[in-house]
Amino acid sequence: MSLIDTPNIDDPDDFLAELLAAHRGLTEAQSHALNAQLLLILANHVGDPAVLRAALALARQR
Amino acid sequence: MAHAYAPFPYVVPPGLNAPEPRHKVVIIGAGPVGLVLALDLARRGTPSVLLEAGDAVATGSRAMGWSRRSLEIFDRLGIADKVLEKGVPWSVGRVCHGDDEIFSFDLAEGPGDRMPPFLNLQQYHVEHFLSDRALADPLIDLRFRNRVTGIDPDADGVQVTIRTPDGGYMLAADYAIACDGARSTVRAMLDLDFEGELFEERFLIADVEMEGDLPSERWFWFEPGFHDGQSALLHRQADNIYRIDLQLGPHADPKEESRPEKVIPRIEQVIGPDFELDWVSVYSFQCRRLGEFVHGRVIFAGDSAHLIPPFGARGANGGLQDADNLGWKLAAVLDGRAPPSLIDSYNRERVQAADENIRQSSRATRFMGPANGVERLFRDQILALARKAPFARDWVNSGRLSTPCIYATTGPDDPRLPAISRPGAVAPDAPQGAGWLLAALGRDAMLLAINCDAPAVADLPVLPVEVNPAVVARYLGRAGRALYLVRPDQVIAARWVEADARQIAKALAALWEGRA
Repeated sequence: MSLIDTPNIDDPDDFLAELLAAHRGLTEAQSHALNAQLLLILANHVGDPAVLRAALALARQR
Repeated sequence: MAHAYAPFPYVVPPGLNAPEPRHKVVIIGAGPVGLVLALDLARRGTPSVLLEAGDAVATGSRAMGWSRRSLEIFDRLGIADKVLEKGVPWSVGRVCHGDDEIFSFDLAEGPGDRMPPFLNLQQYHVEHFLSDRALADPLIDLRFRNRVTGIDPDADGVQVTIRTPDGGYMLAADYAIACDGARSTVRAMLDLDFEGELFEERFLIADVEMEGDLPSERWFWFEPGFHDGQSALLHRQADNIYRIDLQLGPHADPKEESRPEKVIPRIEQVIGPDFELDWVSVYSFQCRRLGEFVHGRVIFAGDSAHLIPPFGARGANGGLQDADNLGWKLAAVLDGRAPPSLIDSYNRERVQAADENIRQSSRATRFMGPANGVERLFRDQILALARKAPFARDWVNSGRLSTPCIYATTGPDDPRLPAISRPGAVAPDAPQGAGWLLAALGRDAMLLAINCDAPAVADLPVLPVEVNPAVVARYLGRAGRALYLVRPDQVIAARWVEADARQIAKALAALWEGRA
């Protein structure tokens, strides 16, 4: 499998709202912690090292 | 009971009175690595002179966690029964964060192995067993209070200058093996430097004696409530002696921290007040190695060749694997059975192993002492996740415990056979009748025949293997039959589901030439 870089979430606005809601009321440090856990949870869910590497590369791209 | 350090006797060496005949091998340093090498060489009929600057075993428990592979090596050298009787086998590890256990693991794999995955035993006990064995072996000339002060290698041998209480003398040998530890004088005399990383992390290690009955488990704490450092480790050893390792952080003053007034209150918080302090030491984490382990006729093994932080027990266990890898090669070259190039394969394989140990230990060190910022963020969040989600426990790194390196090789292989016994790996043990497969392997290369007749190959003894569930799981997998070519150090060189005599002879020739 390769990294999906085209739309893949049915309602992207809903997800973004839920993501931001999860951060509401958190300090900056708490938000960083939440993001780190989220990243680790999703990385484990994806599992495939090639997809994870492609995701890292995409995130690093300027 | 605290250990009594009785000195070994010093005997006036013959070289003080008259020049000694040229020796085959001189081993410098009678720690675990030098002793194992001398005993392994003796088993193969190769005599050695083993020079030791001191006259007693190591002070303090030091290397105290022995891996299954080390126990298998001890078995071949005839001390496994003593080690198993004295030591504390364990397979369960518990990992805590703060004062809570976040998960535990069990390394036991079922009934396929004679040896436990790990056994704790103070280094001084192991050195005693090995030294007694070496002193009783007519092929080992073990000389205490013989300090090497000079080494002069040339194209086909080495001149060694030695100081004793009665004066100095010289020895000549075909090969010198430097097993003289982290502060190797041989390394210094040859002006060789380590390459690699020196971490700022410092650990305080202590042996304490107490009449408790803590379980035989490995206990590891990240950020324990009882100690303001970053991590702590507790192991049970023989004789009611427990080993405690406490991380001190980069700015600790080793002298100050090892004062009993400082140490005792810290330990009280881990195990309570009823103990006696037996030994304390402070060390820095280092991940470094020599660029090359073979320098002509001088060969480095153990800590003289590489320094590995201790979590994961990769230092001494790796050192014993160095000796295990070198012994048969050196014996074969000295006997004229193999070309000198076989020694090059020691360098290639053990450098690979040291790099693997260094990579694993560096990662564990970073996890225990993360840099501020994002490294610490991820470390802390992995620990937090590990409490609630099993997947995150694999990321928690309290030291990845020593397993034998799987050497890079292009030896013939068949994908139908199980990964655990692929070429380059140590042959896994399995029950065989009333005994064990590893014990049935000889000191020579061997061909294992499983569910088939082996083609006849010159100079290659065949061991028919009894098929049972462990053999099926570890050696057959999806295949109904197999042939395994095993090196003298029990590493698998090649394997086939079907092979003719010519293919096997070709792999055997590669084995003796040290070709990958």
